[in-house]
Amino acid sequence: MGVLENSLPPNMLFTTVDKFLNWSKKSSLWYMLFATACCGIELMQAGASRYDLDRFGSVFRATPRQSDLIIVAGTITHKMADRVKKLYDQMPSPKYVIAMGSCANTGGPFFKDSYSVLKGVDQIIPVDVYVPGCPPRPEALIDGIIKLQQKIMEKKNLVKS
Amino acid sequence: MEAKDIHQLLVNRFHDRIKDFQENTFPNAVVVDGSSIVEVCGFLKNEPGMEFTSLISISGVDLKEQSKLMVAYHLGSMQHKHKIVLKVETDRNNPHVPTIEMLWRGANWYEREAYDLYGIIFDGNSDLRRILLPDDWEGYPMRKDYVYPKRYHTWNV
Repeated sequence: MGVLENSLPPNMLFTTVDKFLNWSKKSSLWYMLFATACCGIELMQAGASRYDLDRFGSVFRATPRQSDLIIVAGTITHKMADRVKKLYDQMPSPKYVIAMGSCANTGGPFFKDSYSVLKGVDQIIPVDVYVPGCPPRPEALIDGIIKLQQKIMEKKNLVKS
Repeated sequence: MEAKDIHQLLVNRFHDRIKDFQENTFPNAVVVDGSSIVEVCGFLKNEPGMEFTSLISISGVDLKEQSKLMVAYHLGSMQHKHKIVLKVETDRNNPHVPTIEMLWRGANWYEREAYDLYGIIFDGNSDLRRILLPDDWEGYPMRKDYVYPKRYHTWNV
């Protein structure tokens, strides 16, 4: 029995500011609707009732303005790359990027001798989590989102790391 | 109708403006003089018995060894179930071919694609600009002597 016993109301919890901020961020990862190819179908599946991405606090927004996360799901061509960059720039900070599937990671099957495909979305925007696969199953994407949540929880906001 | 018969019909109608008949291709191809392509296509589309109402595709071909570019038109007839390929050759350094957009509206995008990848200029096309690659892209990637750029804007290609 400590000295604080009976001195505080019963609904009070103790935590650190960093943990509290990170917990709120990771529990509301709103992702932007952004799919350009086959990975987009898997992304839709992940959001639908069977895999139910909502249970991680992750719901989609159709605008970059209120999105925390952009999941680049699909092939990005050189023509598209400037638009991806613009959408990323329009998202408010802190913002996160998941590269979903081989095309977004490295250019995938179009890596060799393609004149039109961007060889990995990390050439234009910083990527936090790479999800491998061609295309990855919804489980793999959910794993990627959990990995990102773990990464967010480790962030030091107020204390120097 | 067989491609051979269609070729014969075209020769009877257009004489020496029909250059050659290629039997070793499928479907068989007829090489047409570039300046007559609109007339030949119009004939094949509208003539009773021909009715090539469907433009299946337009593709570019690089004949580098002959210093030429070629455009291949694949035509099909829903009604008569026959097919034909028309080929037009043009100079590689100054490639100009008349548009056939007035006959099949879908030709607009096919011609833009051939322009984008081979640099073939379709005279009279209402909207001839790149379709797959960015507007400021340099060169024509499907040409045999195309050299890939190292960088585009700020990223590696």
